Order: sequence, then structure tokens, then C-alpha cells
Amino acid sequence: MPAERGDMERYRLLTRRTLVVGGLQAGMISLLVGRMYYLQVVESRRYQMLADDNRISMRLIAPSRGLIVDRAGIVMANNDQNFRALIVSEQARDVERTLGVLAGIIQLAPSEVERIRHDMARHRRFVPVTVRENLTWEQVSMIEVNAPDLPGVIIDVGEVRSYPFADQASHLIGYVGAVNEDELDDDNPVLALPGFKIGKAGVEKYSDDALRGTAGTSEMEVNANGRTIRELSRESGERGKKVTLTIDSELQTAAHKRLLQERSAAAVIMDAQTGAIYALASAPGYDSNIFSKGIPADLWKDLLDDETMPLINKTIGGQYPPGSTFKLVVALAGLESGAIGLDHSVTCNGTFALGDHTFYCDAYKNGGHGTLNLTEGIAKSCDVYFYDVGNRTGIDNIARVANLLGLGLRTGLDVPGEHAGTVPSTAWKKAHTGEPWYSGETISCAIGQGQVAATPLQIATMVARLASGGRAVVPHVTKEIAGIETAPTDWPRIDFKPEHVEAVLNGMKAATDHGTGKDVQIKEPGMQMAGKTGTAQVHQYTLAEHDKGRIGHVEGDLPWKLKNHAWFVGYAPEDDPRYVCAVLVEHAGDFGAKAAGPVARDLLLLTQQRDPARLTVAAQLPTKPA
Amino acid sequence: MAGNITFDQPEPTLGGKLLALPWVFILMVVTLGLIGGAALYSAANGSFEPWAKPHLVRFGMSVAVMIVMALVDIRFWFRLSYPAYAVTLALLAGVEVAGKVGAFGAQRWINLGFVQIQPSELMKIALVMALARYFHALIPEDTQRLRTLVPPVLMILAPTAFVLLQPNLGTAIMLTLAGAAMLFVGGARLWLFGAVAAVGAAALPIAWRHMHGYQKRRVMTFLDPSSDPLGAGYHITQSRIALGSGGLFGKGFLNGTQSHLNFLPEKQTDFIFPLLAEEWGLWGGVALLALFALVSFYGVGVGLRSRSQYGRMLAIGLSVNLFLYVFINVAMVMGLIPVVGVPLPLISYGGTSMLAVMMGFGLLISVLIHRDAKITRRHPLGD
Repeated sequence: MPAERGDMERYRLLTRRTLVVGGLQAGMISLLVGRMYYLQVVESRRYQMLADDNRISMRLIAPSRGLIVDRAGIVMANNDQNFRALIVSEQARDVERTLGVLAGIIQLAPSEVERIRHDMARHRRFVPVTVRENLTWEQVSMIEVNAPDLPGVIIDVGEVRSYPFADQASHLIGYVGAVNEDELDDDNPVLALPGFKIGKAGVEKYSDDALRGTAGTSEMEVNANGRTIRELSRESGERGKKVTLTIDSELQTAAHKRLLQERSAAAVIMDAQTGAIYALASAPGYDSNIFSKGIPADLWKDLLDDETMPLINKTIGGQYPPGSTFKLVVALAGLESGAIGLDHSVTCNGTFALGDHTFYCDAYKNGGHGTLNLTEGIAKSCDVYFYDVGNRTGIDNIARVANLLGLGLRTGLDVPGEHAGTVPSTAWKKAHTGEPWYSGETISCAIGQGQVAATPLQIATMVARLASGGRAVVPHVTKEIAGIETAPTDWPRIDFKPEHVEAVLNGMKAATDHGTGKDVQIKEPGMQMAGKTGTAQVHQYTLAEHDKGRIGHVEGDLPWKLKNHAWFVGYAPEDDPRYVCAVLVEHAGDFGAKAAGPVARDLLLLTQQRDPARLTVAAQLPTKPA
Repeated sequence: MAGNITFDQPEPTLGGKLLALPWVFILMVVTLGLIGGAALYSAANGSFEPWAKPHLVRFGMSVAVMIVMALVDIRFWFRLSYPAYAVTLALLAGVEVAGKVGAFGAQRWINLGFVQIQPSELMKIALVMALARYFHALIPEDTQRLRTLVPPVLMILAPTAFVLLQPNLGTAIMLTLAGAAMLFVGGARLWLFGAVAAVGAAALPIAWRHMHGYQKRRVMTFLDPSSDPLGAGYHITQSRIALGSGGLFGKGFLNGTQSHLNFLPEKQTDFIFPLLAEEWGLWGGVALLALFALVSFYGVGVGLRSRSQYGRMLAIGLSVNLFLYVFINVAMVMGLIPVVGVPLPLISYGGTSMLAVMMGFGLLISVLIHRDAKITRRHPLGD
């Protein structure tokens, strides 16, 4: 016990104050425990989320793009393996040496090496940097064989879109390309994935939503440096849906090859009853395979500068005066409006006078066609006959029937880039120029000149609507998406009198029988073709040229760009219409019968021989619905 | 000298001393050291290298040092008090001359050739010894006189000044607070503490002007961690996420994501408590705090049972010292006070802090074993 002087007193003070200190300490510990309780119990959920935010990084897995196949299941757009060489600088002991060895194998240009160095400097040392995409199989083997000399080099397999039909179906199928800044969509983060590609043209663009599929997700655990530690979970996406086209790829190839005999041409082969397109060819084309890997600037410039306009899908994007093919519209409009009867006849002496203006007929030099009824007017494509019918019918009646037959407005084809063409009317002119319609203008329009313009698809659709007996057939190239039929096969009847349609079709039959198309007959029994020729004037002739009789004649000395376009539109078999073919030869400089007719005849014959309407996918496997 | 120190009872033998060792207390201390080893094993993603093994080896040696020091007679430590303080102060001064750049650019290490030591850690023990030695000689009336309080205040301020120069704010705070606690327990008048607090508050703006950029930044970050989420605030934000995400029962041993994925900085040293609390949850953290509190209060109990004022002051001072270590470290990682760089004793990786703390426990046990030793009082300012 404390014994020394004052020690007891001192001990008591010490004990008291020690208790104070102890109490203070107890309070401080309570503070710590309280704080721990707050952090670990009250706020725990928030901090757990923050901890997960720290460590979990969501990555999207790009879905595999859906295939595009033709009606027989032949692949028209495929996914090929894209072998890429990547380099991880962390694993490459000596990056410069590794790049040197690699350059000896896959010929790296100095600019590429510079880009690789730049990419490596921008990323952390464990992030793979792309060295080269689209390696050939030989290059891949070489890299694998030399792997011991190439530390840190990885071969990675991605997907690249390939088009087996290359330029033969380029406008129809289109191509894919990298996502532009303005195509990015916050709701669709897959678009921001590096290397993700979307449809940029053709079916690839139109059916992009179906083809794209849904992205999968992968949850990765990352550390504070962003290095991936492990994959926590993976949710596989859904590959894009298969798009089956109405196209017959063999017919498409044949059409394209046939068109390539001309400098610039377009052809549409479709079903008169269903509207299914069997071939949609525009020549020359371009190689979609090059486009899907990124278009080289010089190639792009060449394609843009080419006066045959290979980038344009002329079947839907080219608008041409329909020429004499428009006479089918005028004839039907005359009958439908009651302006003429089925027995209407006109005497052609080569000219037609309206007011103080004289309009000429092709047969002017030979003294005219003489007296013609409707059938012969169409068969011989007599301008005077249609000047007369047009003048009696009036532009607004013509426009109404033209619209019903699919002219002057987009048909609604499921391929992007379609133009509407032009069918003038009094209201149209008032709206566009503010001026009234002059009856002289109707005369030009009656033979498909003047303001009238149409695409080859519209001309084909027009004949399909006539040949189907007046059904509002809508052309389409998509047959099925993921195995589900997308287009109706039965179309509503247009309010035309059947005998009027019949009269027009009779004119077309007569045209190939003994009229302007008599040189392009199909002789095979049961496959006979009915058709209509057309020559679309590009150049505005002077009166002097007129007198020399240049209209529609061989124009050898005119520049290509000013020569006439040649049209032919036909259907077959003529007694049981099934197939329609419209052919346009740009600046052919010759009659439709001569330049476009043989092409249409060849294609319609081949079409009937293949009979694509009966051709369906053999033993098609049921596709899982979305 | 020997005449000044007497026992009422016969001198205890070595065998008697060994029997008198407080094995429960030693068990608690060993448990703390082993918890530290486990935490460091986890900090290295389940590996004894590079931290857990050296930690456990050093801890084993420190336990030996503790027991040897415990068996040494309290009167030896009494006589050693002033020399130990003087030598440590000299070493601290030497740091300014021969010091080597350590963590955060602060000079804290002195290289003795075979081992690098932190004199500032040793000073935490030496200061307590010197103050206990000084107060041992005072009678209650002395403590009421301002004159007698000048030497102990200087004893506190001298090492604090050196430590601040290093700069090591954490140790400076610990020295000041531990010293103040001893003055308080020793009997200094209460108004003195009020006056010192007032002067301190008045001196704050001056201190602020003399603080290092990183110290100012730490204070600013403490006041608003979101002001610098990727810089100085990153430590405290990630530490709080580690703690909070641990929840009630923790993520499990070796399963802490914040620490294992390197989001938690300095996880093997100052920020080891969040690592533990992330893996063991609230219960683990509270259990660890309770163990520290038990050890600290046990030390206070030892003091109250000692017959000599030196033993009482020494034991209480050492206990307060341990308490301050734990409180400052844990409050700091929880964001209650600014980050000042104080390790969690026996848990954090680091040689001298462990050795210093274990030496303190050795002295504590010595006080316990020699609680009945009589130490003659001599006036510190001379007879």
C-alpha cells in the first residue's frame, strides 16, 4: 500500500483522473463502433454497390449477323472468319523486336508500325492492340509456326461479312460498314462496340434490325488498373435472324451477266401475280466484299467519277422518261375515263397538229401508219394515235391511272434508295411552277416524254399490275424473316374494267407478234412473250435535227450521255401471265426493240425455264422464332 | 543508488517472475500478432510473401524481447528512463541529418547498418518512461506549481518538434496527446489544459501556414473527400467502400474485392483495418477493437495495482499510447479524422512500430511483476 508522504493522496488523484481518461476512451471506442455500424450496416448496401461498380465491368459481346439467302437457300451474305493479329505489349518482352519479326511475315508498312506504336502508347500494357485484320490462312499459319519468336502476339478470330455474289448483287444485297457518329444510339450500346458493323445499303440496310441480332453480355471482374481478373458471368446474345429473299440467285447472276454486255443497264424480273422480285440487276456494280472491309478512298473516287454510275441502283434509283412504254398507261386511261371506246381508231399521216404546233410520228417519213385501232396503235407504237388519245383523255385522267399502276410514287420496295419518278398533272404543275397546264404538254406526256419519269422497277410493276388482270401487286424482295413469311401473296383488285386491261394486253401481244417487238419473240411453245418497246429521248432536238429525221434513230455521232435510253417491258407466258421483265439500257442510242428487247427476251426465256415461282427451299429446317 | 530502492517483501526469483507472467495478457497480444499475420497473408492475395512471413518472424522475436524486458527489474527501467529518452531524442535529431527518404517523402528511418529503425516509434515509449520518471518524484503540491510543469512540457515539445520537421503529423499528435494524458493523470491542474487548448486553437492558423502541401491537402480532403476523388480523396473513399461493403458478416477470408483487386491503397500498412473489416464484417472489426480495448484497459489495471508512482504512470502512459494508436488509425480509415499516417499496432506491416509496441508491453508486464517494488522518490529538480 502507498506509504510515502502524500502518496495516498497522489494515488487517489491518479485513480480519479485515470477513470476520467478511461471514460473518455470508452466514449471514443463507442464512436468508432457507431461509425462502423453506420458504414457496415446502415449504409452497407450503398457501399456494396460501389464496391461492385469498382470491380465489375460489363462487356458486350457482338451478335453474329443473320445470313441473307435466296429463295432456294443459297447464301448471298455470309459471315467469314476474320483472323486478326493482336499484340500485347506486356507479354512481348521486346516490342520492337517482335514487330520486326512480324513485319517479315505479314509485310507491315512503316505507317502501320507507326499506328501500332501509337495505339500501344495510348492503352495500358495489357490491352491487346490490333496489328492487322483479315489475315490469310497462310499468314495465320506462318505466325503460329513462328510463335516462339513472337511473344505477345495473339491470333484472334472475329467475323467479317462476305458476299459470294460480289458485284452481281451488290445493289440488291448492299453491304455493311462501321457505325457513323450520327448513327450511334444511346439505347443500343452494341453500336458503340469497336468493329461493329451495320447495314449501309440494300437488304443489309433495310432489314438491319432483323439481321443485327441481340448483343450478349459478359460480366468481367477487373482490378484497380482495369486488368481483367476473371469472367463472372456470360449471357450469350442472339444471332441475327436469317432473311430469305424472293430472289433466284442464279437468275440474278444471269441477268447481271447479260446486262454487262451493255455499257450501263438495269433489269427487273418479277412475279406478275405475287410481286416477288426474282432478279434486280443494275450494271455495272461494285464488289460488296471490298465495301464491307472499308472502302479504299481511290476506289470510292473512281466509282463516283464513273459516268455509268456503278454506285446507283438503277432499277430503283434511276429515273428515266418511260418513252413508249407509257402508252400502255395512256391507252388504259383513255378507256377508263371514257374518252375513247374499245373501237377507237385514228388515222396517222405522220403528224399531229395542236394549235400552231405540229407533233411528229416515227412513221412520218413513210407517210404515216394509216388508220389504226387500239391494238395496232400499241403494237406499232404509233405516236399520232397516242397524241390523239392523250389529247382526248387529258393529263389528270392519265395521271390517275398512272398512279394506280404504280408510277409517280414509290412502289414501297423493301430495298432502300427508291425514287418516286414523276407523273405530271395540272395540280402537280401548279404546285411546282405555279403555272397552268398547257394542252401541248399532254401531247408530250402521251408518248412518255416531257415531265414523265419512271424507274425500271415502276415500269415492271406497271406491267405486273396489267398482266395480273389489274391487281395492286407490290414488288418485294423479302420472302421470309427467320422462316416467317413476310409478304402477302394475294393483292387487291384495282378498279379497272377487265375488258380495258385485256385490250391493253392484246396490244402488247400484237407488238411482239407483228409490231415493234416482232424481232424479239420467244418461240418456245407455251412461253411466248408479250411486250412493249420504248425509246426515251434524252437530247432535246433542234428543229433542224428534226427535219433530218433523227428522232429515235441511230445517233452514232452524239456523246454517250446524250443518246436515247432503250426500254423493253414484257411478260410471259402471254396466255397465262406469270413473269414480268423490264429492261432499261442507258443511252443505248438505239430503239428499245433493238437494244433492250433481246435482253428482256433472253431473261424471260431463262426465267420461264427455271420457273422460280415453283422453286422453293428444299428440305428447309424449321427456324427457331425470335 | 541501490539504497534508494527497496522491496517490502523478499526479492522475487527468476522462477517466481516466470510464474507471475500474465499469460492471459500475453495470449491476447499473441492473438493480435497472429490476426496481423492473417491479414497480411490476405493482403498478398493468400501468400506468406512478401508481408505475412516477415511479420510473423519479427513478431516472434518481438515476443521474446517483450518477455525478456518483462523479467528485467522495474528499477532498472526506472534508472534507464532519462538516458533512453536522451538517446532517442538524439536519434530523432539524427534523422534530420542522416535520415533517409521513406514513405510519402517523409524522413522517418535511421539506418543502423543491420536494421533500419524509426526513432519516432521508439520515442513514443521513451517519452512515457521519462514522464513517468519525472512524475514519480513529485509530491501533489509540486504538480500544482506551474514551475514544475515546465520540464515535462518541454520533454513533450522537443520530440514533437523534431517529428513535425520530418514531417510526421501522426506521431506528433500521438506524442502530444499521450504526454497530455500523463500530465493529466499525474495531477496537473485542469485550467492548464484549458489554457493549452486555447493557445493551440489560436496557433492553428499559424500551424496551417507552416504545414506541408500534402498535409494541407489531407485536411482539405478529410473535410470533403469528393473534392479530389482520384487524388488524395481516393484513399479515404476506397477505404470507406471496403468497410461499408463488408457489411455485418464480411465477404469472407481472402474474398475482399476492394483489397484483392488493389482498389484499397496502402492495404498492408495504414489501411489494413478496412481489409479486415471488409473480409470479416462488423463483427470482426468490433471483435478486434474489443481485443485492443481489453489490452489497453488491462494495462490501466496494471498501473492502478502498482505501488510506485513510476509504475502507475508508466503503465497508464503505455496503455493510453496503445489506445491512441488504435483510435487514430481506425478513425482515420473510417474518415472520422484526416489521414495522418498512423499504423494499426501489431496488425500493420512494419518493423519498428511492432518492436516499439512490444517493448511497451514488456515494460507493462515488468510493472505488473514488480508492482510491489519500492522506488525511492527524489525530487527531479534536485534535492
